[in-house]
Amino acid sequence: MFDDRSPIYQQIADKIKEDILQGVLKPDQQVMSTNQYAAFYRINPATVAKGFQQLVQEGLLYKKRGVGMFVSPDGWEKLRGLRRERFFAEVFDPMVAEAVAIGIPLGDILKRIEKLKGGNRR
Amino acid sequence: MTPDIEVRNLHLRYRDSVAIHDLTFTLDGGKIYGLLGRNGAGKTSLLSVLAGFRLASGGAVRVGGEDPFDNPRVAPQTCFVRETLDFVESVRVRDTLAFARRFRPYWDAGYAAKLVERFELPVGRRVTALSRGMRSALGVTLGLASRAPLTIFDEAYLGMDAPSRYAFYEELLADYLAYPRTVILSTHLIEEVAALFEEVVIIDRGRLVVHAEADDLRSRGAAVTGPAEAVDRFTAGLTVLGEQWLGTTKSATVTGPLDEPWRREARAAGLELGPVALQDLFVHLTKDREGPR
Repeated sequence: MFDDRSPIYQQIADKIKEDILQGVLKPDQQVMSTNQYAAFYRINPATVAKGFQQLVQEGLLYKKRGVGMFVSPDGWEKLRGLRRERFFAEVFDPMVAEAVAIGIPLGDILKRIEKLKGGNRR
Repeated sequence: MTPDIEVRNLHLRYRDSVAIHDLTFTLDGGKIYGLLGRNGAGKTSLLSVLAGFRLASGGAVRVGGEDPFDNPRVAPQTCFVRETLDFVESVRVRDTLAFARRFRPYWDAGYAAKLVERFELPVGRRVTALSRGMRSALGVTLGLASRAPLTIFDEAYLGMDAPSRYAFYEELLADYLAYPRTVILSTHLIEEVAALFEEVVIIDRGRLVVHAEADDLRSRGAAVTGPAEAVDRFTAGLTVLGEQWLGTTKSATVTGPLDEPWRREARAAGLELGPVALQDLFVHLTKDREGPR
């Protein structure tokens, strides 16, 4: 699940962000406790706590004293906003650059997008 | 209940060799520590001093503020599961457990029984007739069920197969969550167990190489790959652990405080930044046995 090649707390934070973005974790839904998370993924609880802490700082989780951690009501929107900001720079532009490098006409890409759009409508 | 450990200028000499040179570090109580080092690095020597099994030749060690050597107040608080294991060979497994029950103040017999079942230990068999893996499983059982405020496992998994080792890690973490204590694990199998460590202590040839949070260590290394000239420019001033060339391309494994601006600039300069696993970092940090550091 988590590898040893980057800080694990970062990987935990990323996974929870992904869960929020995908709607696996809903607004105001309680997330697993530090200890549950630690036991489930076999991770040191201090490392888990650090990951949760980062999400609290980013405003994606909030703490209810004595109860636990919950997804912020606007967590999904926040994350979606961030991802949208990064979409063209990090996803689309590199894709176009790759297409140019390997000689795929941009017209083909446009056609493909139209086709996918049609598919989604059905 | 979870003792801090203080090691100050520790020296340990054997008759014709020096095992530990001037080691200094502090471990806060209540955390899980990984003690990493190559064979002969001094891990067992260090742990033997911490557990009060050996007298330091110089410097000082304090466990919960007290000198652990031959100390009746510290000894019951400490459980040291040695690689060699300290069983009475001729007795049966169940007698070994009964013995622990008598002498371990925090012993949990119910938990011990659960572990015996989980590791499928033959309680009626004599210790001398156990396989290496079974002996280790018995050691692990004693270490866990003792619930000692300072629990030390020195390569405790020897001979245990992968499922048994993972059962050990799982039990250790679960029981630590329920009963927090200071745990030190010495190991070679870094990848398997590294996620359990809050902090890591690496020693080599009796000296401290690094003591850091495990996650901090994970973020410290990078493999920088690209045109040799650019790699050199960006790695100047960093600790270069290893270098490789392929034609005009160079790859340097570095450690240091690698902050975001540095990473961004390096990427903008066309360099590729790869992660360095804890295991690789360990290998790099301890491989140069002869050269100066």
